[in-house]
Amino acid sequence: MNYLDFEKPLAEIEGKAEELRALARANPQMTVEKEAEALDRKAETLLKDLYKSLSPWQKCLVARHPDRPHCRDYIEALFRDWMPLAGDRNFAEDAAVMGGLARFNDAPVVVIGHEKGHDTRTRIERNFGMARPEGYRKAMRLMELAHRFRLPVITLVDTPGAYPGKGAEERGQAEAIARCTQKCLEIGVPLVAVIIGEGGSGGAVAFATANRVAMLEHAIYSVISPEGCASILWKDAEKMKEAAEALRLTAQDLQKLGVIDRIVKEPVGGAQRGRRETIEAVGRAIEVMLKELVGRKPETLVRDRRQKFLDMGSKGLAA
Amino acid sequence: MNWITNYVRPTINSLFSRREMPENLWSKCPECGTMLFHRELAANLNVCTACDHHMAITPRERFKALFDGGVFTEVRVPEPAADPLGFRDQKKYPERMKAAQKATGEREAMLVAEGEIGRTPIVAAAQDFAFMGGSMGMYVGNALIAAAGRATERRRPLVLFAAAGGARMQEGILSLMQMPRTTVAVQMLREAGLPYLVVLTHPTTGGVTASYAMLGDVQIAEPGALICFAGPRVIEQTIREKLPEGFQRAEYLLDHGMLDRVTHRRRLREELIALVRMLLALPPAVAADLPPPEADAAGPAAPAADPAPQGETKA
Ligand SMILES: [Zn+2]
Repeated sequence: MNYLDFEKPLAEIEGKAEELRALARANPQMTVEKEAEALDRKAETLLKDLYKSLSPWQKCLVARHPDRPHCRDYIEALFRDWMPLAGDRNFAEDAAVMGGLARFNDAPVVVIGHEKGHDTRTRIERNFGMARPEGYRKAMRLMELAHRFRLPVITLVDTPGAYPGKGAEERGQAEAIARCTQKCLEIGVPLVAVIIGEGGSGGAVAFATANRVAMLEHAIYSVISPEGCASILWKDAEKMKEAAEALRLTAQDLQKLGVIDRIVKEPVGGAQRGRRETIEAVGRAIEVMLKELVGRKPETLVRDRRQKFLDMGSKGLAA
Repeated sequence: MNWITNYVRPTINSLFSRREMPENLWSKCPECGTMLFHRELAANLNVCTACDHHMAITPRERFKALFDGGVFTEVRVPEPAADPLGFRDQKKYPERMKAAQKATGEREAMLVAEGEIGRTPIVAAAQDFAFMGGSMGMYVGNALIAAAGRATERRRPLVLFAAAGGARMQEGILSLMQMPRTTVAVQMLREAGLPYLVVLTHPTTGGVTASYAMLGDVQIAEPGALICFAGPRVIEQTIREKLPEGFQRAEYLLDHGMLDRVTHRRRLREELIALVRMLLALPPAVAADLPPPEADAAGPAAPAADPAPQGETKA
């Protein structure tokens, strides 16, 4: 288990319980189980308390937790006949974006998502989920495919942002994001998005301009990272807690603002402590959202999607 | 020409204090260091007379030079919810807004107007970098939607002059949502078969570049303009290497196939007229019929021209 900073007290208790049990294994005559169980209970209560009222900054840490299920895990668990399709047909394949055909509850769909990788090798290969223009152009190509064959599109959003690199800029990162967002607004098929971890700025919008947007309970979705915002507005990157607070990037605030449609609950202690449960809950959310959309006319889907975004922002958070 | 008769004097200026006149009548070109007399600089559309460096120009000055006789009508922009998040950094957002309004004499970071260029009716929108870095929030989104709405309603092309540091952080996610919102505005134009011409000016970056500013039918940039998604400093920090000379500048983007043209500000008007008329299959404009734009900027105010004082620009 990878513990986050604010989980340190928890780590200590769980560590103690673990130590006791290790000691007992080495000395079979020792009886520690009672004490260990008491520690377990203490840990459980603490975990519940910690996660009951996560601050926005703590949510950022949870959203970026390396043990959270990633796009790949959702695809493996929720879809059958996964058929990855590669390449933007112009320049390259971008492994930061997974995309392809699959079956969701038997119905063929197109799945597109950011993949961050799960160990050093795959993180580098996936570029930490930061797509280059080719990733967005591949996504556009797949959305077009979905449109032509009348397949719903499901996107899984989990990116710190689009990759700020030299080549990415030279090959039109901004244009690729703009066109991908435009493609989202054009396709005459159901488009549902789930923000499963980090919804980082324009790189997330390009996949999340959907008919329905769901978000995991501790996921974040923001115009800029709290660190970036802090260094610009506070001139101090260390003020990220204040920035996270001010930006209103939690699922709870975003639902109040009408930016997302539903929140998918995470198990106690976050998605990283209940991967299976989280994945299943996301699966159920996708099912519900698709059910609301399947069978609607292409024109209706496009019109409603556009209107949803045109109307967005009419209500503030005014307390 | 009947639109002139129902021309309404913009009232917005009276609501805010006028742009303050700098004491210094001379400004120094940041590129070559030449001292430029303000009148001469304004007459040259804020382009350095010594080295052609393009300095910032306010939307009002730009429109005065763009539209025939300097005459244009403002298009009303629906007012969004003020400070939707109750945002506060070191200052409160409403305080930052007030300061920007006072400094620029404008309501917000985008001005929308309609009028004629070369006797061709158009709608134009221009971003004001002096207003909180031209940043895109709900107002800017509303402005672009209003511009596209007016253009489709009157069947006119839309010309956009982009300038922005990106999205307005103080509006959080709602500023990010202007990316899809403004993209819908561009789609309205496309579906109506109307030209959407984009002029990228220094600087155009972030979420603005990654939405409406990159979706033009024709993409023009002013010389030397910085145009990017991620800024050069962010990239240098990420890749830990020095970037090549001219990286992300207009000419570099042109070389990399990201732009149609790089055009000097003095020739922009002429080029936009030609483009708009070709795309609308209109006969060429008669050059002799057109008032020279230089005369507008330097000479006496044209009839019903914008009431704002001759701009003193911040370089
Ligand atoms: Zn100069």
